[in-house]
Amino acid sequence: MSALKLKKGSTSHSAYNLRPNFSDVQERHTLAVLVDNEAGVLARVIGLFSGRGYNIESLTVAEVDHEGHTSRITVVTTGTPQVIEQIKAQLGRIVSVRDVHDLTVEGKPVERELALFKVAGTGDKRIEALRLAEIFRANVVDSTLDSFVFEITGDVGKIEAFADLMRPIGLVEMARTGVAALARGAE
Amino acid sequence: MSKQMTGAQMVVKALRDQGVDTIFGYPGGAVLPIYDEIFQQAEIKHILVRHEQAAVHAAEGYARSTGKPGVALVTSGPGATNAVTGLTDALMDSIPIVVLSGQVPTFMIGSDAFQEADTVGITRPCTKHNWLVKETDRLPKVLHEAFHVATSGRPGPVLVDIPKDIQFANGHYTGPKQVETSHYQPKLKGDAEAIEQLVDLMERAERPIFYTGGGVINSGPAASQLLRELVDATGFPITSTLMGLGAYPASGAKWLGMLGMHGLYEANMAMHGCDLMINVGARFDDRITGVISAFSPRSTKVHIDIDPSSINKVVKADVPILGDVGHVLEDALRLWKARGRKTNAGAVQKWWGQIEEWRKIDCLKFTQSGPTIKPQHALARLEALTKDHDRYICTEVGQHQMWAAQYLGFEAPNRWMTSGGLGTMGYGFPASIGVQVAHPEALVINVAGEASWLMNMQEMGTAAQYRLPVKQFILNNERLGMVRQWQELLHGERYSHSWSEALPDFVKLAEAFGAKGIQCSDPDDLDEAIKEMLAYDGPVVFDCLVEKHENCFPMIPSGKAHNDMLLGDAETQGVIDAKGSVLV
Repeated sequence: MSALKLKKGSTSHSAYNLRPNFSDVQERHTLAVLVDNEAGVLARVIGLFSGRGYNIESLTVAEVDHEGHTSRITVVTTGTPQVIEQIKAQLGRIVSVRDVHDLTVEGKPVERELALFKVAGTGDKRIEALRLAEIFRANVVDSTLDSFVFEITGDVGKIEAFADLMRPIGLVEMARTGVAALARGAE
Repeated sequence: MSKQMTGAQMVVKALRDQGVDTIFGYPGGAVLPIYDEIFQQAEIKHILVRHEQAAVHAAEGYARSTGKPGVALVTSGPGATNAVTGLTDALMDSIPIVVLSGQVPTFMIGSDAFQEADTVGITRPCTKHNWLVKETDRLPKVLHEAFHVATSGRPGPVLVDIPKDIQFANGHYTGPKQVETSHYQPKLKGDAEAIEQLVDLMERAERPIFYTGGGVINSGPAASQLLRELVDATGFPITSTLMGLGAYPASGAKWLGMLGMHGLYEANMAMHGCDLMINVGARFDDRITGVISAFSPRSTKVHIDIDPSSINKVVKADVPILGDVGHVLEDALRLWKARGRKTNAGAVQKWWGQIEEWRKIDCLKFTQSGPTIKPQHALARLEALTKDHDRYICTEVGQHQMWAAQYLGFEAPNRWMTSGGLGTMGYGFPASIGVQVAHPEALVINVAGEASWLMNMQEMGTAAQYRLPVKQFILNNERLGMVRQWQELLHGERYSHSWSEALPDFVKLAEAFGAKGIQCSDPDDLDEAIKEMLAYDGPVVFDCLVEKHENCFPMIPSGKAHNDMLLGDAETQGVIDAKGSVLV
């Protein structure tokens, strides 16, 4: 190690918390990216991930401020701490990006996803599907004599669990929105 | 204060309002209205290049040598796609340029119209930002914003795609002052605490080194001045990347020469052995670091950079300082002086003793003997005969580029134009045109290899048309020298397609364009031939026939560390292992 030891905590009040430990541990982070809602902005963000070889586990986007023309992109990504820092820095320098929040660092965020499940079957399977839907607080939004479409909201784990249970019963198709997330608390 | 005018008129007006005096371009169907406006004015000079790639490189040369943004104008479709290499080059080297491209009219976009390409889609990853303008009223704002983005923070290329109907339509023009400032405002001042930490480290360091890069040049001449003051006051050694040459003068007492893959022995050894590395506007490029796991293992690393994504990207910074180099150096210098100008002088002197030992290796020595000109000798003579001129040097990419960096001395910033990050063969000739247009009275030399030079040789037409006295100094070894060198080192001397069997007669080629051609093959004639080149008031192609199998040393082989350099031809076989050979 260097003889030039840095004084411990000497930059603790600094805004430059840019010191990741270069560990190999893969972390899962939810990022909220506020962008100008202009043509091509989603392509810029997605292109950054594909061009630099970063992962996207989930991505949602919609305009959240009609007057200010800003959209919120929620990206769930995985990587080593160094890669996560890079992703944030690279996102931050896209000109159309107003702000990047790492919700995972700011405290465990509220994360929700909406999914639609089409389950086909008759007799006992049909009854079982309804029972499970009730337990999971999924709503029936379409019904025929031999199928249901369920709507379910929850975190990723709940939706995955529901899918696992529905699969043997007769899961035909599902559509998921991807994760929307907000930091907890007043701010 | 807005004024009614056509989109094409707005383009010319906005360029004028942004202080643009020169643009490089090539006309075509989708930019005809803009060319019509250019025809009807005299304030902005338009240089007609012979290929759109050259327009962008010329704009880069203009930008690098002046510090002002360079501007290129190209048509839709192939005009825009030809600009892609130049845009990528400028992105990698952080060069501020504004490229304006024509586009098919808005109502035809998406219909596969003649000369239509998704220009903003294609150029999105190779620009800092780009815009497709679909309303004439928005055009002036976008143009002013384009200049702001290109020149603010870490500079870079931007592109504005302008459909033809927008160029014809009327709208309201707004000047740069009327346009609201963009939210894109990178931070310039460094964090005071981090700067204090830097000063504290400078006071205690036993084996310090400044490792500087293109960021110093991009920050402006004041940053170079501050760097010189800081280096000379502290007495610390300084090395620089390829992109940063000239920020500290090559004749300066503390100068170690360039570092990196073909850097000087003393510079690389000092990087390896230092205990304090002060990175000023450089980005730990792989040409610089060698293998990361063995990169400067015992040093505390301070990294000054304006781009947060540069920090901790490759090498962990112990003290990151986010800000403009000029601002940070100013604050650091002020604080260091206020705290009593302390350094660990005894230890630093001992450090210099070690560096002098490394210097004795004399890693750039060569012997010019026999009837063939060694490329190193050609550059040493070029240096001797031109160093007192008001001189700008461009290069292509390859061995000649590394030799130029090693054997030519740069005393001031903005005098050295080379393609560092992207390594674009064909960069140098058009760049030299851009430099010469910006500095009509100066001596502009493009040090080239014959293979690189041929990639944009159509620019002879541009040089001849505008009587630009650019000197094309071609080190002709009839080989792709750097490719050949790598094939020798790690592909068993199988020289697959690394030479040309059909090179032109460069003298006749020059004459065919109405320029002067000089060929020199005898070391005894070299000085006279160079003097003849310098004396000629017009473009010159200097065909310098050099040793065909000369390798470029020192060299850090792929996958090796700074202290593991090859110094000469003696033992080069098998030095790159399997792991290293997959690296480029």
